[in-house]
Amino acid sequence: METTLAGHVVENLPQVTATGVIIKAVIILAVLSALAGFGTFIERKVLAFMQRRLGPMHVGPYGLLQIAADGIKLFTKEDIIPQNANKLIFMIAPIITAATAFIALSAVPVFPDFTIPEFIPLLGGTFVPSIASDLNVGLLFVLGMMAAGLYGPLLAGMSQSNKWGIIGAARTAIQFLSYEVVTGLSILAPIMLVGSLSFVDFNDYQAGGIGSWLIWQQPVAFILFLIAGFAETNRTPFDLLEHEAEIVSGYATEYSGMRWGMFFIGEYANMITVAIIASVVFLGGYDAEGALGWLFIMLKIAFFFFLMLWVRASWPHIRPDQLMWLCWKVLMPIAMINIVITALVILI
Amino acid sequence: MSLEQFKNRNVGTQNYKTLDVGTKPEKGMAQFVQVVQRTFKGELFVGLGVTMKAMLKALFANDMATIQYPFEKLPISPRYRAIHEMLILLESGNYRCIGCGLCEKICISNCISMDTRYDEAQRKEVSEYTINFGRCIFCGYCAEVCPELAIVHGPRYENASEQRAGFSLFEDMLTPIDKLNLQQEYDGFGAVSPNADENIKQTPLAY
Repeated sequence: METTLAGHVVENLPQVTATGVIIKAVIILAVLSALAGFGTFIERKVLAFMQRRLGPMHVGPYGLLQIAADGIKLFTKEDIIPQNANKLIFMIAPIITAATAFIALSAVPVFPDFTIPEFIPLLGGTFVPSIASDLNVGLLFVLGMMAAGLYGPLLAGMSQSNKWGIIGAARTAIQFLSYEVVTGLSILAPIMLVGSLSFVDFNDYQAGGIGSWLIWQQPVAFILFLIAGFAETNRTPFDLLEHEAEIVSGYATEYSGMRWGMFFIGEYANMITVAIIASVVFLGGYDAEGALGWLFIMLKIAFFFFLMLWVRASWPHIRPDQLMWLCWKVLMPIAMINIVITALVILI
Repeated sequence: MSLEQFKNRNVGTQNYKTLDVGTKPEKGMAQFVQVVQRTFKGELFVGLGVTMKAMLKALFANDMATIQYPFEKLPISPRYRAIHEMLILLESGNYRCIGCGLCEKICISNCISMDTRYDEAQRKEVSEYTINFGRCIFCGYCAEVCPELAIVHGPRYENASEQRAGFSLFEDMLTPIDKLNLQQEYDGFGAVSPNADENIKQTPLAY
């Protein structure tokens, strides 16, 4: 099954050219930035509905153009750099967050592959792949990039000569040290089953319909990865880095304008990345044969995105020491046991 | 429970009931058991259910709490004491005010000033009438004392104006003669609010 499918892919698909990859990168950048902006709108709406409010209503129909208004505001706002801040690092930090979030997206499947029709001048006939760069270590690369993205909050907090920022940076460090172990160990069990780090292999492994999804074989790993994913994207149960009620805005206290906006875009792009990883690795991924499969993965991604907003509306967030307790004393042992059991099952 | 019990401010003498939250387990195994019990109790999903239910009710059962204020307004109680209104007689269109001067006398912030004269029929009528809304405390005495229900409190609570003199003249508060059919009769003191029926709940007689 696998070999025939792989062979089929190699035979029929056109050659991936540099032009196609560049077009794909531009598409990812444009669509995902817009989606990140749209994500803020959806988040405000969903949170509002769950609190029996209306959310943004005044800009455009049902407040849909609120994104544009926010964008204009962010772009035209003064970019303040505090006097005692380390200016270079302060300016670079948000770029790290946004850039790593988008670099991570270069190795995950986003939107189906297609060939630009021949009648379009210059670019006609170019094949645009579904993954900008289909690395054989795709999963590792994505997780590594998302981990590197944590340098953004860390450097931002430490460079801005603000006590809230310092606390935010310190919390970034402990959060990173806590969840990253769980992320790696939880995703290790599915990797052992599939025997590959490539997203395409994960997708092909689960090609046999809902019954062959990895979530049925690895429910524990799925839950662990979801919990770690919430920590990875600083979503609510673990939003220690910028919890308003405690540390004003954490690492983002001194930021304004588009630099602050870049943190936000990075955070939302990371949410989408985690949703894509969870969908591809555990929930069957996309069905490369038809457009319906892509619709289904969009629905899966949308569900995970909604889950993050849902959880934010429902649950309180936890203390840093509780996060460390959870990750090191509960989740990591469970992940280890899960790996050992998986290994035993594979051996037998 | 009598009122004296609430007035007792001596902390420690009251008979408080403490909530039973259990004790923190001392030993490792007991702690472990508590963690496992709490993990598999599903309380987190109860929380998710609460918010989802709230969202579905808000979206589909019209249970939204937001009032989009400038476009929609909550019904205001008829007892509400906002900017005064001067009513006129429905039959003839004459002023209801007979110029008795009681409102000027009773006004505790001295903000009503009026002048009266005799008209051709030797009836007293008001020639000058102003309320200084910079001083008015909206106590409602003027409306309460008026024997003719001429000066009443209206529902107009959005009383921002460009000048202090805004709507303080008699003519500004008077019902316009062409809007006579729209004049609302004052059902002020002791009246129930227009949405009183919705607010009524069944008296719990079960106990």
